[in-house]
Amino acid sequence: MVELRLPPNSRITKGKTYPSASKGPRMKIFQIYRYDPDDKANPRMDTYELNLDECGPMVLDALIKIKNEVDTTLTFRRSCREGICGSCAMNIEGTNTLACIKPIDEAGGEIKITPLPHLSVVKDLVPDLNFAFEQYASVKPWIQAADTPPPDKERLQSKEEREKLDGLWECILCFCCSTSCPSYWWNGDKYLGPATLLQSYRWIADSRDDATDERLDELDDPFKLYRCHTIMNCTNTCPKSLNPAKAIGEIKKKMVARVGKD
Amino acid sequence: MAERPLSPHLQIYKIQITSLLSILHRLTGMILYGGAVLWVVWLMGLANGKDSYDAIQKILLHPVGLIVLLGWSLSFFYHFCNGIRHLCWDMGYGYDIKTVRQTGWFVIIMTILLTMFTWMLGRTWGFIWT
Repeated sequence: MVELRLPPNSRITKGKTYPSASKGPRMKIFQIYRYDPDDKANPRMDTYELNLDECGPMVLDALIKIKNEVDTTLTFRRSCREGICGSCAMNIEGTNTLACIKPIDEAGGEIKITPLPHLSVVKDLVPDLNFAFEQYASVKPWIQAADTPPPDKERLQSKEEREKLDGLWECILCFCCSTSCPSYWWNGDKYLGPATLLQSYRWIADSRDDATDERLDELDDPFKLYRCHTIMNCTNTCPKSLNPAKAIGEIKKKMVARVGKD
Repeated sequence: MAERPLSPHLQIYKIQITSLLSILHRLTGMILYGGAVLWVVWLMGLANGKDSYDAIQKILLHPVGLIVLLGWSLSFFYHFCNGIRHLCWDMGYGYDIKTVRQTGWFVIIMTILLTMFTWMLGRTWGFIWT
């Protein structure tokens, strides 16, 4: 449901300020969302000043520096630091992206960092993605083939068939797209969201998969698929430059194309 | 443990041409609904004879009425142009983010041009400011 305001326990208060010990020509202010579940207080925005001459180029470098040197309680997910694991997805400067491949220099002025939008917050920049992954599992993201291939053979595809998976298999499930989607904010309990729908289409488009009809049946529902209103925030924000909106459009087209066929 | 907070969404998410044009499509759609009622009121005024027609014209040609009509015509042409954009998407075209931005701006420009053109016609044919 549409709720424009945050619930009372989620409204952000002013936090602490941590000035930088070292000064230089390139100083930068980071405002970071903080929430401690052991504390009874509301979330707050803490302000950290960093000397960029002593910091790596990416926003994740700044977060790691803060955690190492300024405030060890700062909590966030990170792993690969090269845009392939999808762990450090967060909202930076108002749009969702991966902190590890977002250059600090791209943002002018203060850099505001909040968790992925409209999710329940476990701690600081760590949102609860359990439900999103449950939705992902619900589309059965694995191959469903009618036959069992001989153990010494692969399932072959033509080059053209394989090309249909380009732009789909690269998704790293960071959920930047789903949590950028206003429709997913309001109806995320029933609408599957762009990330999961792109993954669903990855299997629908796969020539080796035989469950296309079952997959479409499963999505043929007022909410799961059709809450997509082509807002296009998903494609605009994808850090891997994929196009979830187009994948959803392809599913909708397949839905129409199969009407009357049996 | 207290209940977990909800992370900020609308409050912090950057307004972009994608989301802005999308919500405008909704808003203009709702305005068109009101406009349709207004249109029926005008037709009823017309059907009721000269006195009622003059009365309704007087209201609509009042500066406030004209602003309402301007908003309605802008809404109509925006919803019309962006509706075509939506139909293209439904057919599978124009999902590339560069194209999305271009068609978005095109819709904005066409909305303004078509509205201006309509009002110029209205003036030339003497419906308004006579």
